Amino acid sequence: MSSVVDKKATLPEETRLALSFTKRPKHPATRAYGIFRVAALVAIVLTFLAPLVWMVLSSLKTTVDIYDPSAAFVFSPTLQNYETVFGQASYLQYIFNSFWIGVWSTVLSMILGVPAAYSMSRFVMKKSAALVLMARIIPGVSLLVPWYFVFSNLGLVGGYGVLILSHMFVLMPLFVFIMISFFDSLPLELEEQGQVDGLTPIGAFFRIALPLSVPGVATASILSFIFSWNNFMFALVLSGSSTKTLPVAIFDFVAYASIDWGGLMAAAVVITVPIMVIALFTQKYIVSGLTAGATKG
Amino acid sequence: MSIVANRKSSPVAVANSQKNGRKKGPLDGFSRWANKHRKWVLAAPAMVFTALLIAFPLGWTLYLSLTDSSGSVRSDSEFIGLQNYGEVLTDFDRFWPAVGRTVYFTGGALAFEMALGMAIALLLWRPFRGEKWVRVAILLPLVATPVAVGMMWSLILDPNIGFANQALSWFGIPAQPWLAGQDTALTTLMFVDIWQWTPMVVLILLAGLTSLSDEPDEAARVDGASAWQRFWYVTFPLVMPVFITAILLRGIDALKTFDILYATKGKGGGSFHEVETLNVYAYGLSFDYNDYGMSSAVLIIFFMMIVGCIWLLTARKKRSNR
Repeated sequence: MSSVVDKKATLPEETRLALSFTKRPKHPATRAYGIFRVAALVAIVLTFLAPLVWMVLSSLKTTVDIYDPSAAFVFSPTLQNYETVFGQASYLQYIFNSFWIGVWSTVLSMILGVPAAYSMSRFVMKKSAALVLMARIIPGVSLLVPWYFVFSNLGLVGGYGVLILSHMFVLMPLFVFIMISFFDSLPLELEEQGQVDGLTPIGAFFRIALPLSVPGVATASILSFIFSWNNFMFALVLSGSSTKTLPVAIFDFVAYASIDWGGLMAAAVVITVPIMVIALFTQKYIVSGLTAGATKG
Repeated sequence: MSIVANRKSSPVAVANSQKNGRKKGPLDGFSRWANKHRKWVLAAPAMVFTALLIAFPLGWTLYLSLTDSSGSVRSDSEFIGLQNYGEVLTDFDRFWPAVGRTVYFTGGALAFEMALGMAIALLLWRPFRGEKWVRVAILLPLVATPVAVGMMWSLILDPNIGFANQALSWFGIPAQPWLAGQDTALTTLMFVDIWQWTPMVVLILLAGLTSLSDEPDEAARVDGASAWQRFWYVTFPLVMPVFITAILLRGIDALKTFDILYATKGKGGGSFHEVETLNVYAYGLSFDYNDYGMSSAVLIIFFMMIVGCIWLLTARKKRSNR
């Protein structure tokens, strides 16, 4: 650590006394800074939200309005693009595919990842944890080629199973990562007490640690589902025509000659809005999951 | 902060669990064995899964990179030693430009994301009215599906009908080619990446900032340090470990960027390969040209580069922690 921390000790005596008696002042922001701050915050909100709003607006326009600059904000909204999207019966199938693969890969990653994270946390298995976290740094393409070899020889390419497996490769390390930091913060005494009361160590994990870790598991599950839903590359290679996920299916709107912009934006809205709604309702969980382990050295 | 080193259960508990007077069932032997080796029993499924899905494919990639495997996935291939690596490393048409683009994209995106992320995190550090809304605005790009984000920006940045050029024309600025320009496409995509991932850096740094104690900052204030000095000499050094973590996490993901490149420019990174980074190049070699040997060699080199970067960063981190 730098010498900053013990700076207070080197303060002159009278200053330290004064510090201990006065209430610490709130941040005395100058007026100019206050104005700058509000402007900056407005700019931030606009920058991050405006493109998303534009996407939704465009999805409600006819093709004519999309090509007409004067109809940027003033137009009569129509739902015809959504009719185009849902009019293809297969699109409901793609939504189901994304959902189904997301749920199963999340559940299976949980079953594998949570006990492993518990063990790694309680026994401080740094090397094993590092092995599992390798998955974070390996470029997905380098796994796709061997997977493709093996699974196409087994005749499995294009099935749900392969997609669920490939998504688990991303999700399980996520579970391990989040749950290790969660179990690290869970006091050991409760489990020891349980063992004194006659539980086996594994029993103590199932009866005590696991019920207490529900918030952590919820966090990891929500994030994990989002990661699966958003995943593109694995499904691009390993999905068949009937098991396409939404990010792959959206390319149907991009033909070589012309792009159906309205339909494309409607499809993009259909992909992103469910995820955003989930994110809004589970904001706290998502933030704690994304920053798990980051604040530990 | 520190993890308790001795996490073994207390002797009392162990003794208790052994002399627990239950009837001996057929599962008792197994349960005792499982409890004795619980460290590995609990971790094994995940470890085996990881090994099967990662270690084995990685080994195979390494092997493939030494063969002339190509064409159909079932066709025979011959062992050709390091020939692929020689070909890749002397390929100044596709490989080295791809390396350059990867470095440029990652470096640029990372620099902007860290600087902007730090600035926004400092703005949000102290509570204020309406912070809920700002947090929501920051969270949404982060969870949006990258492919859809790519499509969204393709429309906004379309040279002819996009809103971006329309907005520029209000200020009398000539239309820009954005994604359509050979020289501008990669930089434009860099800013799309910055739009989507700066929030991630903000969240991580904000978590780091809120875990700091107020005292050093207050002491510096009492000593008469300016706001800038307080940040540069007090807050920033304290939040440094978290900052490094954020660089690592973001850097790894930025290196592997694929979705927005593919969604906006299609296979091979555009008609002139103008956004072909290493990841896109390797993907194309495998799944468009079926040249698995070359592709694997590119991937192994890419992987070494990533590991090298991580090693450099973490080595520095360890030193600064001592």
